[in-house]
Amino acid sequence: MYVAVKGGEKAIDNAHRLMAEERRGDPATPVLGLDQIMGQLGLAVDRVMTEGSIHDRELAALAIKQAQGDLVEAIFLLRAYRTTLPRFGCSEPLDTAAMAIRRRISSAFKDLPGGQVLGPTYDYTHRLLDFALAEGSEPDTAECADRPVEARMPRVADVLGHEGLIERNPVGDDPPGDLTRQPLGLPAGRDLRLQNLARGDEGFLLALAYSSQRGYGNTHPFAGEIRMGEVAVEFAPEELGFAIEIGEITVTECQMINQFKGSKDVPPQFTRGYGLAFGKGERKAMAMALVDRSLRAGELGEDAVAPAQDEEFVLMHSDNVEASGFVQHLKLPHYVDFQSELELIRRLRAANPDREAAE
Amino acid sequence: MTSAQGYNFAYLDEQTKRMIRRAILKAVAIPGYQVPFGSREMPLPYGWGTGGIQVTAAVIGPADTLKVIDQGADDTTNAVSIRRFFARTAGVATTERTADATVIQTRHRIPETPLAEGQILVYQVPIPEPLRWLEPRETETRKMHALADYGAMHVKLYEDIARFGRIATTYDYPVLVNGRYLMRPSPIPKFDNPKMHMNPALQLFGAGREKRIYAVPPYTDVKSLDFEDHPFEVQKWDEACAICGSTDSFLDEVVTDDKGGRMYVCSDTDHCTSRQIRREAAE
Repeated sequence: MYVAVKGGEKAIDNAHRLMAEERRGDPATPVLGLDQIMGQLGLAVDRVMTEGSIHDRELAALAIKQAQGDLVEAIFLLRAYRTTLPRFGCSEPLDTAAMAIRRRISSAFKDLPGGQVLGPTYDYTHRLLDFALAEGSEPDTAECADRPVEARMPRVADVLGHEGLIERNPVGDDPPGDLTRQPLGLPAGRDLRLQNLARGDEGFLLALAYSSQRGYGNTHPFAGEIRMGEVAVEFAPEELGFAIEIGEITVTECQMINQFKGSKDVPPQFTRGYGLAFGKGERKAMAMALVDRSLRAGELGEDAVAPAQDEEFVLMHSDNVEASGFVQHLKLPHYVDFQSELELIRRLRAANPDREAAE
Repeated sequence: MTSAQGYNFAYLDEQTKRMIRRAILKAVAIPGYQVPFGSREMPLPYGWGTGGIQVTAAVIGPADTLKVIDQGADDTTNAVSIRRFFARTAGVATTERTADATVIQTRHRIPETPLAEGQILVYQVPIPEPLRWLEPRETETRKMHALADYGAMHVKLYEDIARFGRIATTYDYPVLVNGRYLMRPSPIPKFDNPKMHMNPALQLFGAGREKRIYAVPPYTDVKSLDFEDHPFEVQKWDEACAICGSTDSFLDEVVTDDKGGRMYVCSDTDHCTSRQIRREAAE
C-alpha cells in the first residue's frame, strides 16, 4: 500500500547536516581560515564582492567558505545579507583619475603621460602548472621600482577629450537609481544599465561581449585604458553638508573606445563603453564595457539586431542569482502540472487511435 | 512568539513591508493588473517562492495562522522550508488545516476546502505575464494590456482547437479578471480555475524575480477564456482517491511498480486527511 511521503522536515535537516559535513572535508586537514581565503583566493573574493554588490572582503570570504567555493552560491549568500542592510545614501562619484595606480595599460597609445604600468597580472604568464606551488613553495620577492608611479595619471578618455575626439559623459544632477530598491523599467538609463551590468554574471557578460566581437553587433572597440588601484570613497552626510572620506577600495576600471561614424547631428567621433569592478576584475570590467557600448546601439542610431545590443534581453537575463534560482526551481515538485499534461496527452492519443497504432 | 535573532518580524524591514503593502493595495484596486514592486533579495532562491514569501511577510501579523502548501501538500519539501522560514522569523502559529488558516501560501494548487471571508490566499508566481510565450518583451506586453489587446491569446487557443480539437492548455490557464485584465493564475491546474471566481477570500499573487504583484479581491469575476462552441472544462478522473475515496478532488497519479501499475491519490493532503478522519468517525 502506498504511503504518502512524509518526514520532509527531518529529511531537510539531515541533508543540511550532510552538506555541512562534506563542506568540512577531511577533519584531519586544518580548517580553512577566512584570512587564507581573503589573502590567497583574492580574485574569488573580488568577484563575489562585485556581483554580490557589497564591498566587504571578510563577508565575501565567509560566503565563499560557506558555499564551498561555489562563487554563484557565495554571491547569492552575500546578496541575501546585503538586502537586510539599511541604505544611507549614495557616495560621491569615485574619482578614478586620482587613483593610486597599481596597474594601468592602454592599447590605443604606445606611450602616454604616466606610462604603461603592468602591475600584478597573469597576462604573458605561460600557463604551465607550477608544481612547485603544490609543494608550498614561497615566491621570490618582487623588486620595487626605483621611483613610484606618477601621482596623477590622466585617463586616456580625458586625453582624447581635449581634442573633442571622444564623446563627453555629462555629469548628471539626478541621484542615480537603484535597481535593488526599484524594479527595473525599460528603457533603463545609463545609471541602471551600468548597475545591472556591474552586478551581472561575469560569464554571461563575457559571452555577450565575445559575440559582439564575432559579428553579432560589432562595436569596433579599442581597450582605451584599463586601470586598477585604490580610490577614496567619499560620502556627504546630510547633517554635515560636505563630503568626508569613509574609506579606500580597490577597483578595476575599463574605458573602451569605439568607432562611431557620426550622424546628422553629431560629427564622427569616438564613443565609449564603461566597465568597473571591485578589486582585480579585469575580465569582468572589459566585458562590461563592451556590452555597455553595444547596448547603446539604439541611442546612437545603430541597428540593434544582435543579442548584445538588445537591452531587454541583456538586462533581464544578466543576474546569476535570478537565473540560478529559476533554472534550479525545476527541481521543485511539478507533479500537479505534469499530471495535467499526462491527462491531456492520453486524451489526445485516445482521440486519434489510428495514428497511435501506426507508430 | 519569538522572532529569529537579529531580524525583524517576518524577516523584511517595516519600510519594505510598507512598500509591498502599497503595491498590494494598488493591485487590489485594479484586479488582475500587474503592479511592479521593489522586490527584495530573499534568503531563498528566486523561483522558489520569493514573491509569495514577500507578500506573506507583508500581510502576516503575530495573531495569524499560516498554512503553506506546494502541489496541494503540506509536507512537500519546499512547503516545509517556507513554513519553517515563517515559524522561525515571525514565530507565527502554523497549521495544515485549510479552515484554520488565516493566511495560506500556495504553489500550484488552490485548496479543495472552500475558502472563507477573511482568509488570504497567497500564490507563488514564476512568470506573471500571461502573454509572455506569445510576446517575450515586457515593453510590448505592457502596451497590449493597456489596450486590452488580447487577440493573440484567443488566436493561440483557437489554433489549439484547429490542431488538436480542444484547447491544449492544462495549467496556468489564462483568465480574464473583472472583465478587464488578462491574468495568469500561476501554474495551478485548470481544474482549480473555477475556484478563483467569486471567491470570498482575498487572492494575492507575488512574483519575486519578475518583481510583480497582482490580486483578485474577494467576490471578483474571474473567467477562464473559452469559445461558445468550445466551453471551458476541467479535468476529470475515472478513478477515485485510493486513500479517502474522493471523486471530486484533483488526483495525483502514483506509480506503484514498473509494470504499468498506477494508483490515484488526492493532491490536497488536508482534504484527504479530513475525509479519512470523517470516515473513521462515522464507522
